[in-house]
Amino acid sequence: MIDFSSFITEVIQLLFLLLAAPAFAGWVKTVKCRMQGRTYAGILQPYRDLAKLFAKEVILAENASWIFRFTPYIVFGVTVLIGGIIPLISIDLPLADTADVIALVMLFAIIRFFTALAGMDIGTAFGGMGSSREMTIASLAEPAMLMAVFTVSLGANSTSLTHVVQVMAHGQFVLRPSLAFALLAFIMVHLTETGRVPVDNPATHLELTMIHEAMILEYSGRHLALIEWAGMMKLFIYSSLGIAIFCPWGIAATDDPAAMLAGGVYLLCKLAVGGVILVLIETGLAKVRLFRLTEYLGGAFLLATLGMLSFFILE
Amino acid sequence: MTLPIAAQINSVMAALILLTAFGLLIQRRILGLLHIFAWQGFFLCVSTAIVGYVTGVHHLFISSLLTLTFKVILLPYILYTLMRKLEIRREIESLVNIPGTMLIGIALVIFSYHLTSPITQLSTLVTRSTLAVALATVMLGLLMMVTRSHAVTQIIGFLAMENGLFFAATSATYGMPMVVELGVALDLLIAAFIFGIFFFHISTTFDTLDVAQMAKLKEED
Repeated sequence: MIDFSSFITEVIQLLFLLLAAPAFAGWVKTVKCRMQGRTYAGILQPYRDLAKLFAKEVILAENASWIFRFTPYIVFGVTVLIGGIIPLISIDLPLADTADVIALVMLFAIIRFFTALAGMDIGTAFGGMGSSREMTIASLAEPAMLMAVFTVSLGANSTSLTHVVQVMAHGQFVLRPSLAFALLAFIMVHLTETGRVPVDNPATHLELTMIHEAMILEYSGRHLALIEWAGMMKLFIYSSLGIAIFCPWGIAATDDPAAMLAGGVYLLCKLAVGGVILVLIETGLAKVRLFRLTEYLGGAFLLATLGMLSFFILE
Repeated sequence: MTLPIAAQINSVMAALILLTAFGLLIQRRILGLLHIFAWQGFFLCVSTAIVGYVTGVHHLFISSLLTLTFKVILLPYILYTLMRKLEIRREIESLVNIPGTMLIGIALVIFSYHLTSPITQLSTLVTRSTLAVALATVMLGLLMMVTRSHAVTQIIGFLAMENGLFFAATSATYGMPMVVELGVALDLLIAAFIFGIFFFHISTTFDTLDVAQMAKLKEED
């Protein structure tokens, strides 16, 4: 039986994700503009962008197959599903038991798979190039991501996310070098997966260096809006996943409204700080050459593996 | 999980030493290498001081101070001066296959863990768990000497190996006797001077510090 109140929790969390994700993307953009001395449009600009795109007409290429039309909905749907699985504001989620950390990584892989297919579907040079790059990077980023989450789940003796978060939030405080390694690796993978600066530049269009933008170049109208929105949610989800695993204090353990409100406020505060850190990383680093990415992601894998080893050796 | 807080800090230091060992392995810039090497010495010094504080073995404080003076300040300074004299400060070494080197490094860490696990089970010291890290640091220094071809980086690899040995001594037996440690520290200092003389000779003879050039026995045209 599904408990009705935890069902409400789930719905509230999903609404929170859908509404707060563009604001977070806007916040990151605003801080970045401020940091680089540019004028900024405010944190509400992503909402205006989405509204504009939803109102626009969809233009499809002549040879677009069903995959191309289908992909935005899959990308958006799977992203929302992931948002329902990971503990954002509360641990008490009915959907959380449907997938553990490994399944979560695979859900991200589904998104990537369909985006890459859609990139190749139209047959333009840019789409194919973007897809091939995305898959290359994914093959390097996924092991690092899995290693990082394994390191965390070793400490909690479980791959279930809610259990991990619970152990992290309520266990006794122990200095654990393995977690520090896992956090560093997670941040590196986070930057890769959400297409941030050392790997991909989120601000460029139509340049030879782009990766994610190259795949979705042919989309327009509501399709583009859905993909953009899903992208913002991905950024939001990755950031709050890191927060939930490595800094979970304040998350609601029950479906008590006051605890959930507090959990939401805590999450927003942490995300605000996390956004500033993200911008600091992005402003401080230059984009890595594509052929150097193996070293960057190899480094992430190294850190995650060292975390795992130091769990066995030192703890 | 139930380690006392000092042992936890020592574990963190061990993890950082391991991280710096990997940093040395994959850093291209020689100046960056010097910085990482100095940090490794600093973590080693902190770790030694903590072990000395926990165990009450007071000569460890002296070795910690020695580490601070020699490995954090003096040796990097000597190497830096050498590099300025030889004008190789900004030199970037071409490294082949960094991910491959990293994987070998990881394999070495697992190997040293496997090698030291029987000792760790027998030992009752607070620092027993860091022995694997110490051995891994020695191995990584060796790996660095094997994979690098620049004379200065090979020396840094050698000094990193020495760091690992020192760390192994601290974690296996709470440090070597004071006389031995003083001797090793002085040896290192002398070694640094001798390396300096060698660097000058290598660079005047071959016009480069790349030791791969030394394999040539006759001049080519």
